[in-house]
Amino acid sequence: MGQGQSNKTSIMMDNLACMRSNRLIYQHISVQLSAREILWVKGRNGSGKSTLLRQIASLLPILAGQLEVSGDIALTDEKLTFDPNLPLEKALRFWADLDDSSLSKLDDAMQLFDLVMLSTIPIRLLSTGQRKRANLARVFASEAKIYLLDEPYNGLDHDNIKALDKAMGHHQKTGGITIIASHIKPEIAVDHILDLDQAHLHKHNKGAQS
Amino acid sequence: MSKPLYPLIEREVRNAWSGGNLWMPIIFFISISILFPFAVGPDAKILAITGGGVLWIAALLASLLPMERLILPDRENGFLDQLIVRGYSDELIAIAKIIGHWFAFGPPLIIASLFAAALIGQGDDRMGLIILGLAIGTPALAGLGVTVSALTAGLSGASAIGGLLLVPIAIPILIFGAASLSPEPGSALQLLAAASLAVTMVSPFAAGAALRALRE
Repeated sequence: MGQGQSNKTSIMMDNLACMRSNRLIYQHISVQLSAREILWVKGRNGSGKSTLLRQIASLLPILAGQLEVSGDIALTDEKLTFDPNLPLEKALRFWADLDDSSLSKLDDAMQLFDLVMLSTIPIRLLSTGQRKRANLARVFASEAKIYLLDEPYNGLDHDNIKALDKAMGHHQKTGGITIIASHIKPEIAVDHILDLDQAHLHKHNKGAQS
Repeated sequence: MSKPLYPLIEREVRNAWSGGNLWMPIIFFISISILFPFAVGPDAKILAITGGGVLWIAALLASLLPMERLILPDRENGFLDQLIVRGYSDELIAIAKIIGHWFAFGPPLIIASLFAAALIGQGDDRMGLIILGLAIGTPALAGLGVTVSALTAGLSGASAIGGLLLVPIAIPILIFGAASLSPEPGSALQLLAAASLAVTMVSPFAAGAALRALRE
């Protein structure tokens, strides 16, 4: 993968702020993440969880504060990210090929999220939960070191939540960073919690507590 | 720039084919050529003089037809985001889009022009000129199409605004393209090549800037 960064995976947010259409979404976000750490970004709807992930993924400009990311990123949010007419496996292959990631990793991810049976079904025929799982499989098949998961638990049943936690545990063990943006508490043990409701209300809140 | 372009181009062409969108510009192009002689009458002289211009207008409009599916769906289903996250620049995405768009409508249009030309009174001796002109001019039309659809993605009435936006920029292409088929072409073909080159080179940057603006 192209970035050519050092193999130390880390994310550093220092006094990060985001403003969109003249509205301050959040400010004073300071978090340090290093390899093998999981951050839970909590907050109500509209508190800026997705915005923060998009900022980390360099999809939004940094207007104030500092952000340093070293390591490739894989992101999943509410968007479909597949061509609706492609069969599931081909759709996943497209991204795996682009990322140059190994096919066995894709197979594992498809197996884990129980997608093997669906591999020939076109994306447009999949249910919400199945699409969510396909997106998670896309992320977990990627060799990227940093996983950004926006509301990963939405639409998942109990078994799949367990599969997701297992996958995140594995990513942690192999030295990756995971950021979970979710309004519900993840079952997996997290290393840091960033409460965006607090960050919004109290200007001088440090933002993260370990 | 180690990011692979080929898979993106392949995807553009595949999407154009699979949606049946490939035929739309072609059918449109040929229909205009069929209708035109009915409208102006079958006088061979008039057709020979005006036919070249109509062929180029038809080509221009045909390139606009797939405009709504060039950028908007990719923006809405997060495809563009995913490419940015992977380190693609907006300009590189625009280049892939332009090349893909060209492959999906350029060569089919050139083949269709073989039939269309006969319908609007362009003799066999002009076939080479028509093909050459379209081959030179269509990359610029592809560049313009992608730029305009990036600029108008998400607006209501995007195709109408897009058509309006495209007209002033497309005029040089149209003038020199049509002139190259007139009885006294002069150096129209060379000028067409120059205009097309300029538009084709600038459009990835214009479209790239528009894509960047789409992310807010």
